Amino acid sequence: MDQFTLNLLFVGASFALYIGIAIWARAGSTSEFYAAGRGVHPVTNGMATAADWMSAASFISMAGLIAFTGYDNSSFLMGWTGGYVLLALLLAPYLRKFGKFTVSEFIGDRFYSKTARMVAVICLLVASITYVIGQMQGVGIAFGRFLEIDAFWGLLIGSCVVFAYAVFGGMKGVTYTQVAQYCVLITAYTIPAVFISLQLTGNPIPALGLFGNTSDGEPLLATLDLIVTDLGFNEYTAAHGSTINMVLFTLSLMIGTAGLPHVIMRFFTVPKVSDARWSAGWTLVFIALLYLTAPAVGAMARLNISDMMWPNGTDGEAVSVEMIENDPEYAWMGTWAATGLLGWEDRNGDGRIQYYNDANPDLQERAAAAGWEGNELTNFNRDILVLANPEIANLPGWVIGLVAAGGLAAALSTAAGLLLAISSAVSHDLLKGQLTPNMSERSELLAARISMAAAIVVAVLLGLNPPGFAAQTVALAFGLAAASIFPALMMGIFSKRINNSGAVAGMLAGLVVTLVYIFLHKGWLFIPDTNSFTDADPLLGPIKSTSFGAIGAAVNFAVAYVVSGMTKETPQHIKDLVESVRIPRGAGAASDH
Amino acid sequence: MVDNPNEASAATGDDSVYWKTNIRIITVCLVIWAVVSFGFGIVLRPLLSGIAVGGTDLGFWFAQQGSILCFLALIFFYAWRMNRLDKQYGVDEE
Repeated sequence: MDQFTLNLLFVGASFALYIGIAIWARAGSTSEFYAAGRGVHPVTNGMATAADWMSAASFISMAGLIAFTGYDNSSFLMGWTGGYVLLALLLAPYLRKFGKFTVSEFIGDRFYSKTARMVAVICLLVASITYVIGQMQGVGIAFGRFLEIDAFWGLLIGSCVVFAYAVFGGMKGVTYTQVAQYCVLITAYTIPAVFISLQLTGNPIPALGLFGNTSDGEPLLATLDLIVTDLGFNEYTAAHGSTINMVLFTLSLMIGTAGLPHVIMRFFTVPKVSDARWSAGWTLVFIALLYLTAPAVGAMARLNISDMMWPNGTDGEAVSVEMIENDPEYAWMGTWAATGLLGWEDRNGDGRIQYYNDANPDLQERAAAAGWEGNELTNFNRDILVLANPEIANLPGWVIGLVAAGGLAAALSTAAGLLLAISSAVSHDLLKGQLTPNMSERSELLAARISMAAAIVVAVLLGLNPPGFAAQTVALAFGLAAASIFPALMMGIFSKRINNSGAVAGMLAGLVVTLVYIFLHKGWLFIPDTNSFTDADPLLGPIKSTSFGAIGAAVNFAVAYVVSGMTKETPQHIKDLVESVRIPRGAGAASDH
Repeated sequence: MVDNPNEASAATGDDSVYWKTNIRIITVCLVIWAVVSFGFGIVLRPLLSGIAVGGTDLGFWFAQQGSILCFLALIFFYAWRMNRLDKQYGVDEE
């Protein structure tokens, strides 16, 4: 059976599984959908939340970014897990006690203001749509690879599948479908990692193999450091970027994690306040299974790629074009070249492909002596690394098919969850809550579907010129959530002083300042060449646009405090509401209006 | 809201002690949270560079794996501690 059929088989079988579960565990009404978490054990709920949370950015993109940068991209690992500590300690139990369904409802009630609710909806929409762009990038790459077509067509086909999935399947039996998706994605991520870890270090646990020794007795990371510096790249385990930027970037991802609507929503509907605390822990257990493996995947893939391009060692001859084209071990390069995400060119016509850092002066010397004319592995999109990884390591065909299914599971579950959050924000909070309160249930449902379609179209249009690799695009979404939503939620619980005007001013200030900073660096609406600065040389010292969320959050806190101090005090009934949110006693089931 | 009117009364003295204790536990947890990630993983990494771990140093381990394990421990500790505190002050849901 050829690889194409095998991929199709695995992807098809996993889809059939999700649809089967959706039909089996179908929830009829909207309230059943919202309450899907109730009556579900915290462990099961944690697994479903982990699937909802881990997206194309975690599965497809993150290990690739770590592989090519090394230590400096540890921010992704710490940031996307550390946020759960904030969520568990500062938000989840109190929002559960509050007992409504959406983040904007909490903000509207706590800050006794329809304007605050509206502003919260806008913040949610901006962050969620940016997030969807990153997901669509991942979906495009996954479909491009397994259908063996250009990534652009992969994106178009993928967006149709996501739309169909969100509209027809998304509403029903979400929790159990997501449990299945979690199982598929974690298996798909772990199995190739175990194989590769065994090949390189003899340790079956990749997380331990990362710090183990290779077959020649040297530590894996020391070997890797040696090889990449030989080729003129930065030492893998050393720090190279700015410390301030790394701290702010990590903090932005953490705060953003605790401010994203589709994750917070899940803690509203657990049975009890104490369960909200446990649930956050179980969610992180299931996320950690992937996140502890990811740095191993990155380092080992980098080592394998370097070995492949330099089969005779970094001092010997580079791999020959003839070998890339004919040797079955290099077949993956041909298939990935078809997606337009991998490319090489024999610039000096010596029949070999030299892969090295041609910006490094030491290597330029060596290149001049050897007659090289620049790095010949001209294109290696970071986002393909995890999907290509089993092929690079020559693992059996079924593993490759499994990884394709896992990548799609990760992207689909999150994209569908986000689209549901977007459509409910538009139809429930914006239209029904504000503009047309007398809307019938049927037109509300129609509005929900139209807004879902509109969100996908916007995400695809903006995703044609993505502002970075999938995980970087997603990082921007986290910055926006960090700057707008999290501070409002936290102040709503921990400070009685913040009033309606303070919250509105804070959210707007945080959102606008962050959005402007991002657009200044990534182009207005991500349109290329409309940017005034680049992340290589940012406006404010070393602070890149992906790291600005933490500063936006600080602006939000500061503005809210100052404005609240200058305006009328919070009324007594709101102070009582805050008191009651702080104490678990008397928490009923979550209720609609 | 489905609060029982008797229970939704203004905070009693006990409730404010409960809240203060909670804030103290949160503060301690967040200090540890910051030290293992921003501290050991990033800013204080040079201080740990003498401790070798598998071909690199302890700071690298904290940045890529250690902090995640600490986060897990923190969340489970907080859940256990708070559920006990709820019972102590009689503010749990039972």
